[in-house]
Amino acid sequence: MSDLFFTLLLLCDSALRLAAPLVLAALAGLYAERSGVVDIGLEGKMLGAAFAAAATAAVTGSPWLALLAGIMTSIGLALVHGFVAISQRGEQIVSGMAINIAVAGLAPTLANAWFHLNGQTPILEDGARFTSINLPFANALSDVPVLGPIYAEVISGHNLLTYLAVALVPLGAWGLFKTRFGLRLRAVGENPGAVDAAGISVHRLRYIAMTIAGILCGIAGTALSIGLSAGFVRDMTAGKGYLALAAVIFGRWYPVPTFLACLLFAFADALQGQLQGTPLPFVGEVPVQFIMMLPYIVTVVVLAGFVGKIDAPKASGIPFTRDR
Amino acid sequence: MKKSILIAAALSLMTWGSGAALATSEPVLIYDLGGKFDKSFNEAAYSGAERYRIETGNTYKDFEPTNEAQMEQALKRFARKGAPLVLAIGIAYQTPLEKVAPEFPDVHFTAVDANINLPNVQSVSFREDEGSYLVGMIAAMKSESGSIGFIGGMDIPLIRKFGAGYTQGARSVNPDIKIMENFVGATPTAWNDPIRGGELARSQFARGVDVIYSAAGPTGLGVIQAAKEAQQYAIGVDSNQNHIAPGTVLTSMVKRVDVVVYESMLAASDGTWAPGNAVRGLAEDGVDYAVDEHNAALITDEMTARVEEAKRMIIAGEITLGE
Repeated sequence: MSDLFFTLLLLCDSALRLAAPLVLAALAGLYAERSGVVDIGLEGKMLGAAFAAAATAAVTGSPWLALLAGIMTSIGLALVHGFVAISQRGEQIVSGMAINIAVAGLAPTLANAWFHLNGQTPILEDGARFTSINLPFANALSDVPVLGPIYAEVISGHNLLTYLAVALVPLGAWGLFKTRFGLRLRAVGENPGAVDAAGISVHRLRYIAMTIAGILCGIAGTALSIGLSAGFVRDMTAGKGYLALAAVIFGRWYPVPTFLACLLFAFADALQGQLQGTPLPFVGEVPVQFIMMLPYIVTVVVLAGFVGKIDAPKASGIPFTRDR
Repeated sequence: MKKSILIAAALSLMTWGSGAALATSEPVLIYDLGGKFDKSFNEAAYSGAERYRIETGNTYKDFEPTNEAQMEQALKRFARKGAPLVLAIGIAYQTPLEKVAPEFPDVHFTAVDANINLPNVQSVSFREDEGSYLVGMIAAMKSESGSIGFIGGMDIPLIRKFGAGYTQGARSVNPDIKIMENFVGATPTAWNDPIRGGELARSQFARGVDVIYSAAGPTGLGVIQAAKEAQQYAIGVDSNQNHIAPGTVLTSMVKRVDVVVYESMLAASDGTWAPGNAVRGLAEDGVDYAVDEHNAALITDEMTARVEEAKRMIIAGEITLGE
């Protein structure tokens, strides 16, 4: 029992760590899509931010400057996407993919030119990273039954950006549903004509949404390269941007369900690491390949089986034109 | 019409340009993808070539392909210029070489990691399991918990070979040792995922493992990072990674690509180069474990003595690997 409980705690701990960049990217996708811009470029923005943050941290040694660099890079990419999708009324999927492909090539090339390390950045010292924080009393309380270990193992010991990611979920929900800005943002994704008729600039609102998405992806990328690991490695996002989009759909464009979807995906990911080489009851040891399919099976089953009718924001992906 | 003339002019300029840049009588070194200074495979080849240049005073040419399509082109281009020896680094040259080498029977090719049976090709691969056996012994001797780990990158036979040697070496020290084996993935992204590597390492450390050997390319950096945070040990791979985290990296399993490049260039220049397939293990200095100023304090004299003894026995054939 206690063994199983401990394993479960480790799984949750691992899931929370893996979920942080996913949650941030999913919130970015949620804001973008709620405003009517389909953003498949989450992956590229995260990767760009991861590179900028790691490079800045390597040069300056400051995680805060690195975070700033990550966010600025990501905003820059978001505004490029915004310019194509909003001002030029271009094809949004193409523009997003273009950003993903461009960054996937550009980041290792720049890293190679600057650091000569095979497209990586140097390994960072602890002072240049967001290292894990032990919350107060974590050790003292770990003897308290049930709650103590949960607090010490699962809640404590993450880096600052992970806590920030969790805090941004309620903040994001509040911003979207309890503020005037949020109401307008949702309206612009459903019926931009009405927003325009009310005398509010559709383009301006969508650019703001893209900027927010840029900031969130910037934090997500920074968390990847200087929070969870200690440097940039090519393609280190490994499909997290696309997984985040799946989480947005699964969460039906609502922040809290999206957050839970991210946790589910991260949990499946953590589980596959834990199950490898562990004999299971009745079936014995399961082949590695089978276990590695787990996160993908969960994604497919969840998206195909449980989402039901997909009710996307109506104007999502459609550029706004005033003439008719 | 005008356009096609322009294109033709540009093409001829390009070929002329590359022709002028190449000399003919020097050996040519063509790297694997990833660049010359990758702190690993290619850099080892580069340092072997540099040693040849400094010791003999002869020069060489090198080329860094930026994508797989350039590999065949580069082989052809240098062969056509009459280079006496072309060295291709990495298993990715298997197919291009099989195609290009028969077209240029007078040019000698040396392939590292690939395995080609042609009269003008010398292929050299490594006994990674022998080096892994030695680091497995070191891991088992260092482990206090009696439980060690292995993290492989992509799940392919080559990486299984690393794991098998490691396991056998560890068992030779402690037959009851527990070995936890994880793979990062089944696609090439598994080589570039330090986050999942770190996560797998954390999970192993939490289950009592105290030394992890990763054969996973850049993903292994995540393993080393996780070991540093957990204050446990990691073992590096391919090149000497001891300097990445002194005190954390217990040792590294090194592949001596530099020796292959150096000897092949030297043989070509004094006329003793011969085609064929060679596999380099401990006996041929092809693989080894690394000890330097960064990890000397972690390896005791007793450990060194036992590992050296095992090395001697493997070379003498008293220990056979892979039963």
